[in-house]
Amino acid sequence: MADQPTSGGGSQPSKPPPWNDPAVRSIVFQVLALVVLGWFFWTILNNTLANMETRGISTGFAFLDRDAGFGILMSLIPYDESNSYGRTFVVGLLNTVLVAFLGIILATVLGFIIGVARLSNNWVIAKLAAVYVEVVRNIPLLLQIFFWYIAVLQALPGIRQSITFGDSFYLNNRGFFFPKPVFGDGFGLVWIALIVAIVAIVCLRKWAKRQLDRTGQQFPVFYASAGLIIGLPLIAFLAMGAPLTFEYAELQRFRLAGGASVIPELMALLWALTMYTAAFIAEIVRAGILAVSHGQTEASRALGLKNNQTLQLVIIPQAMRVIIPPLTSQYLNLTKNSSLATAIGYPDLVSVFMGTTLNQTGQAVEIVAMTMAVYLSISLLISLVMNIYNRRMALVER
Amino acid sequence: MTTTWQPSPDLPPPASTVGAVGWARSNLFSTWLSSVFTVVLTLITIYFLWQILDWGIFSADLAGKDQSACEGDGACWVFVKDRFNFFIYGFYPDAEQWRVNVMFILLAALIFPHFFENAPYKKALGWIFLTVYPVVSGVLLLGGVFGLEFVDTDKWGGLMLTLVLSYVGIVAALPIGILLALGRRSEMPVIRTICVAFIELWRGVPLISVLFMASVMLPLFLPEGTNFNKLLRALIGITMFQSAYMAEVVRGGLQAIPRGQYEAAAALGLGYWRSMWLVILPQALKLVIPGIVNTFIALFKDTTLVLIIGLFEVLGGVQAAVIDPAWQNVAVEGFVFAAFVYWIFCFAMSRYSQALERKLDTGH
Repeated sequence: MADQPTSGGGSQPSKPPPWNDPAVRSIVFQVLALVVLGWFFWTILNNTLANMETRGISTGFAFLDRDAGFGILMSLIPYDESNSYGRTFVVGLLNTVLVAFLGIILATVLGFIIGVARLSNNWVIAKLAAVYVEVVRNIPLLLQIFFWYIAVLQALPGIRQSITFGDSFYLNNRGFFFPKPVFGDGFGLVWIALIVAIVAIVCLRKWAKRQLDRTGQQFPVFYASAGLIIGLPLIAFLAMGAPLTFEYAELQRFRLAGGASVIPELMALLWALTMYTAAFIAEIVRAGILAVSHGQTEASRALGLKNNQTLQLVIIPQAMRVIIPPLTSQYLNLTKNSSLATAIGYPDLVSVFMGTTLNQTGQAVEIVAMTMAVYLSISLLISLVMNIYNRRMALVER
Repeated sequence: MTTTWQPSPDLPPPASTVGAVGWARSNLFSTWLSSVFTVVLTLITIYFLWQILDWGIFSADLAGKDQSACEGDGACWVFVKDRFNFFIYGFYPDAEQWRVNVMFILLAALIFPHFFENAPYKKALGWIFLTVYPVVSGVLLLGGVFGLEFVDTDKWGGLMLTLVLSYVGIVAALPIGILLALGRRSEMPVIRTICVAFIELWRGVPLISVLFMASVMLPLFLPEGTNFNKLLRALIGITMFQSAYMAEVVRGGLQAIPRGQYEAAAALGLGYWRSMWLVILPQALKLVIPGIVNTFIALFKDTTLVLIIGLFEVLGGVQAAVIDPAWQNVAVEGFVFAAFVYWIFCFAMSRYSQALERKLDTGH
């Protein structure tokens, strides 16, 4: 063997030539990657600047202060046509947050109900839940939004022929109208009472847990909490002389005046998002519950726990560990899917800002970047919150 | 005299615990609450099923050519029949539609064997599906060579466009996704950071904003004068978006491969690319086939979003036909038809992916 190393066993192996040295190679690759990436962005930047110049679009965020001059169907903050483009951004953002927030709550509730129903001992309930899941999750969300908006809500009768419930609720193709609560003087005390009740419940739960650990005595936390959260605000409400009136929607010639209303776009979007996401959440919940081994149920029965105690104290806490990570990604999906609002004209961030504002100003780069930044931040925020919760629920090992 | 003790034969189980009666007792009427649910839900279901069947079949109109044929209370399937061609081929010229049909048939022929356990040449068919098929269908659909008439992409539409979008999306995203997943697990910090940033950026934003970006920003990014069509822009957007999701799916597979496999490949003297190509990826990709199918289902449903930038796939076609004043009050029929088309595809694929998962699940 001619190329056998000449030195004995104890010495270092000879260094490979630099083009075969992993350390050198890795540095070269990384520098190359950086150079290519830099060149890529540099080209894009140059092209964009050149293109924008020929089209006469100024760069920068100055457009945010200019007057928008278009109306928005629904706004949570005061807005009219004389407000700035910056304001349209906030209006759109708030509408997105509203639909995402409501959707997450409703989809969670519906999803948990259906997920548990799929595991029901009752064959009819289990099969109906399964059919729901298989039908809903295999049909595109956009189609469902269109269906509810165009085929159902727009097919409702007009204002004169509204479907009414007790002359105070109206359902027609302009939306759902309901009495608007008007808070009189002193209603603030009711809110304070509500906050006090929530704080009291938290303290009560802690105390009851300690009491249970120390003496083994169970305190009826649920009934006490229910009493607190209903009782305290009620007492405050009555003590202040019931300062709450309702402003009813009134049927006029061509419109319903007064009252509060939900526009059909919001209803269709919220309903479709809820139903669609609930189907996925139901599957997650089912998988989570099935992941808790049957021995746990048997053990808790052997300890003498009742059915609902088994569910509450043994199954759910363990299932939650499996459920939370995929649940988080469903929440993220729901938030991102809320951007489909554009298709039916619900004024969310994409529809208002990336749609109308972009068309009017032509500031494509700034607007797309701002919109994407918002969704990225929402995504990061939701995963952060859920990660914290997940850490609290995670298995504590020795 | 000794007698062997003979046990008397077992009594049969009580009649109320076996057979249909026993099943009904334990699954339908176990408690009084359960019985109430059973009865009420069954009645409601039967009522709605009857309504749906009556609307969709018994009172529906199928004969005829236009609105006047729809006089009954039921569904107006005449509308779907009238626009069927549009829902499948978009504006593709009638005389050339055989080319689309050939594409459909080839696709079916390539996929069909995969539903059978012992079909031969599965692997070869898989490679053809990923390499030869896109070229052949591209030539068939676009034309312009071999004496085929050129059909511009703005004439494409309907189910055909849906298939093109989702197929290209998945086939183009797969290699990019694999590279991104490898990059995310790389030991080089710069490469890893770039890949993580790319993946998280696309995964954090909605597909609509990606499509908007592709349609308004791509023209700005390119040198002046370059102009390319709407379909290509949408495809680029979808591919970028999908490759990020694909990367996460593949990463799941890479993480499931035990360390020993990497070390064994290194011990055999294989370099990075050869150890990945010959040892790690074949195992990892096999593990994530169900995940890839699930991504594909999501993509298939997401292709509906291209209607927002003005491409008419199945839902876009239905949507356009529904608001067309030539037909009144056909929204439900149109959407039910579109839902049915999507449902068939997605349900079949999800069943396939579940079957694969069961087959691959060789664990405990």
